[in-house]
Amino acid sequence: MSQTPQTAVREHPTGTGEQSALDALESESIHIIREVVAEFDRPAMLFSGGKDSVVMLHLAAKAFWPAAIPFPVLHVDTGHNFPEVLEFRDRTVERLGLRLVVASVQDYIDDGRLTERPDGTRNPLQTVPLLDAIMDNKFDAVFGGGRRDEDKARAKERILSLRDEFGQWDPRNQRPELWNLYNGRHTAGQHVRAFPISNWTELDIWRYIEREKIDLPPIYFAHDRDVFRRDDMWMAVTPVSQPKETEPVEVQKVRYRTVGDMSCTGAVLSDADSVDRVVAEVAVSTLTERGATRADDRLSEAAMEDRKKDGYF
Amino acid sequence: MTDTPTIDPGSLFRFATAGSVDDGKSTLVGRLLHDAKAILADQLEAVTRTSEERGFGGGSGRIDLALLTDGLRAEREQGITIDVAYRYFATDRRSFVLADCPGHVQYTKNTVTGASTADAVVLLVDARHGVVEQTRRHLAVTALLRVPHVIVAVNKIDLVDYSQERFDQIAADITRVAHTLGVEQLKVVPVSALEGDNVVDASEHTPWYTEGSYDGRPLLRILEELPTVDESGSGEARAFRFPVQWVIRPQGGVAQGVDAEATRDYRGYAGQIASGTVAVGDKVVVLPSGRTTTVTGIDVAGTAATVGGAFPGEQLQEAAAPRSVTLRLADELDVARGELIAGASPEPPEAVQDFTARLAWLGANPLQPRARVLLKHGTATVQAMVTSVDGRVDLDTMELTEATGLELNDLGTVTLRTASPLPLDDYSDLRRTGAFLLIDSQSGNTLAAGLVGES
Repeated sequence: MSQTPQTAVREHPTGTGEQSALDALESESIHIIREVVAEFDRPAMLFSGGKDSVVMLHLAAKAFWPAAIPFPVLHVDTGHNFPEVLEFRDRTVERLGLRLVVASVQDYIDDGRLTERPDGTRNPLQTVPLLDAIMDNKFDAVFGGGRRDEDKARAKERILSLRDEFGQWDPRNQRPELWNLYNGRHTAGQHVRAFPISNWTELDIWRYIEREKIDLPPIYFAHDRDVFRRDDMWMAVTPVSQPKETEPVEVQKVRYRTVGDMSCTGAVLSDADSVDRVVAEVAVSTLTERGATRADDRLSEAAMEDRKKDGYF
Repeated sequence: MTDTPTIDPGSLFRFATAGSVDDGKSTLVGRLLHDAKAILADQLEAVTRTSEERGFGGGSGRIDLALLTDGLRAEREQGITIDVAYRYFATDRRSFVLADCPGHVQYTKNTVTGASTADAVVLLVDARHGVVEQTRRHLAVTALLRVPHVIVAVNKIDLVDYSQERFDQIAADITRVAHTLGVEQLKVVPVSALEGDNVVDASEHTPWYTEGSYDGRPLLRILEELPTVDESGSGEARAFRFPVQWVIRPQGGVAQGVDAEATRDYRGYAGQIASGTVAVGDKVVVLPSGRTTTVTGIDVAGTAATVGGAFPGEQLQEAAAPRSVTLRLADELDVARGELIAGASPEPPEAVQDFTARLAWLGANPLQPRARVLLKHGTATVQAMVTSVDGRVDLDTMELTEATGLELNDLGTVTLRTASPLPLDDYSDLRRTGAFLLIDSQSGNTLAAGLVGES
């Protein structure tokens, strides 16, 4: 008979509707993560230090406890990431004893394989380093923290999404996904993107962070920052996002709802300096997180779809 | 320490929409989201802008609510829905996961997809056209997949002047078809997605739609108050089933904060409870081998209580579907992924190699008798052969007719033989462990949704 692992008593969820919905989502996500690990030879999980990937990694840790997470994590570093987030990323990877693979957009720009875009945003440039990292490491399944409530194109994504050798998503030719029986069959050169938190909303994520007491990078909470106004968003003053002469710099109390490339991720004015205050704020928000904070998704109504077809997350 | 099952799936309610093309499904979904205040300002702004650019509503300032869900470029260009879109909204009473399924015949496979996980299906019928072939097809799919609740939304009721007589006629037609298919839990609601009648709020245009003769509630209220699958399941439906996904042995490395020495001999079977409940001390059977043993532990990881802290473990006394847990067993059994741990009582299913099943054929190429395929059931994937095609559902009469093969979107009955025995439940008893996929071993494509049993 096997031995009992060390345990600690914790208070049980009270079984209220809200917490029960989180229990159901948690169990669904853990099931998906275990299925992919069991059916694929070389899975990896995208991990940026952003809240969605932090929650996904937390779920992975729970899925295999008391054993360690049995796969490496992969980060596509645009070279424009917030230093606080990179520091958090490294600390988390160290704490969990994981192997981190970094695909660097900066390297590709430096040696000429990619060219900086005129608008300076690097989000669309992440696709090539991502696909190369998948090929170089022979990853056959890559977990992503995409949620269907983020965007209309993401709303059509399967939980297991088959990609060809160019990483392309073909929305008109997706496999039907029945019950919780995921079909991960693929041929040489193909790989699968798996989205275990597909059914979570932004509010679910924050409520879960609150319930599980999950640590996040500090920029998710209200802090004073030098910012300027551009395209109806508050942009931080950083080496890659400098104000023009017509854009006066001021100190504002802000926080980030999404954490992406510094050059195109805006902050929101907020006094929410703790998780429970963020939960309260998100619950009454009248803007979507991408609409509020992502310049790249405002390019067109189909910006996300176009990026995904090219092999984006 | 007291442990009780903590999952009440009623709090997360999944439903799918179905109906013929142009019945106004996307508009209905947009109306539900809009009136339930689940549309945020920037989404509404984008849709308002596009509606204006296209001249929707002839300059009346009305917005095309379908644009809220038709997210793909081709969908907006063609004004149709191509693929299942998942949407999320919550009311004070429930969180909803909505699968918006396309109506075109060639996309019936997506209706099967959406309905397979649904607690309810909202089937749209155009009040002007009544019951058409797609209505029957979608109702047949709903019946086949045993979706617990069906709500028929008779849409565009404004275009028939809110006629009670027309509504009664359609309700009678659809009820007749439903009874042929064995669907009993049927509710019929007169709605106008465009005008918002009876979607979220009761309509003043249908004063005749009241409790007594009709359900009387608007659509959203019905969705909020329907019982979930497990609550409405019979005693038999609560039999314990647990497909083993993964064997957890921390030899390759322990989780943060776990004592490697104390867990050296740990062996746990990870999975999601497919049905029923399990408690420490329960007698269980490992299938297909039939070995019996006792559950000695039900483990889940606890919460990472402190920054950089450990994941403490939590031992449950009892757990219920659909919770993901890790079971420990009394005897040193070599249980592997693909096996099923089932409660010893009621009598678990016998593992079989030959069985009858119904299929929804989703492959582009027709099914030929003697086709060799892969069959995925629970966490097991085995080789299989369709030994015979025994019939096909005629959607005009809803009767099983003789057939030698099945084509895309056909529903039919077949006989299968598998290379090794599988512990199959009848789908009509247990949805999760009575379901399977047929997969093309070469392309890897999903060929069919399979349901064990004949009725």
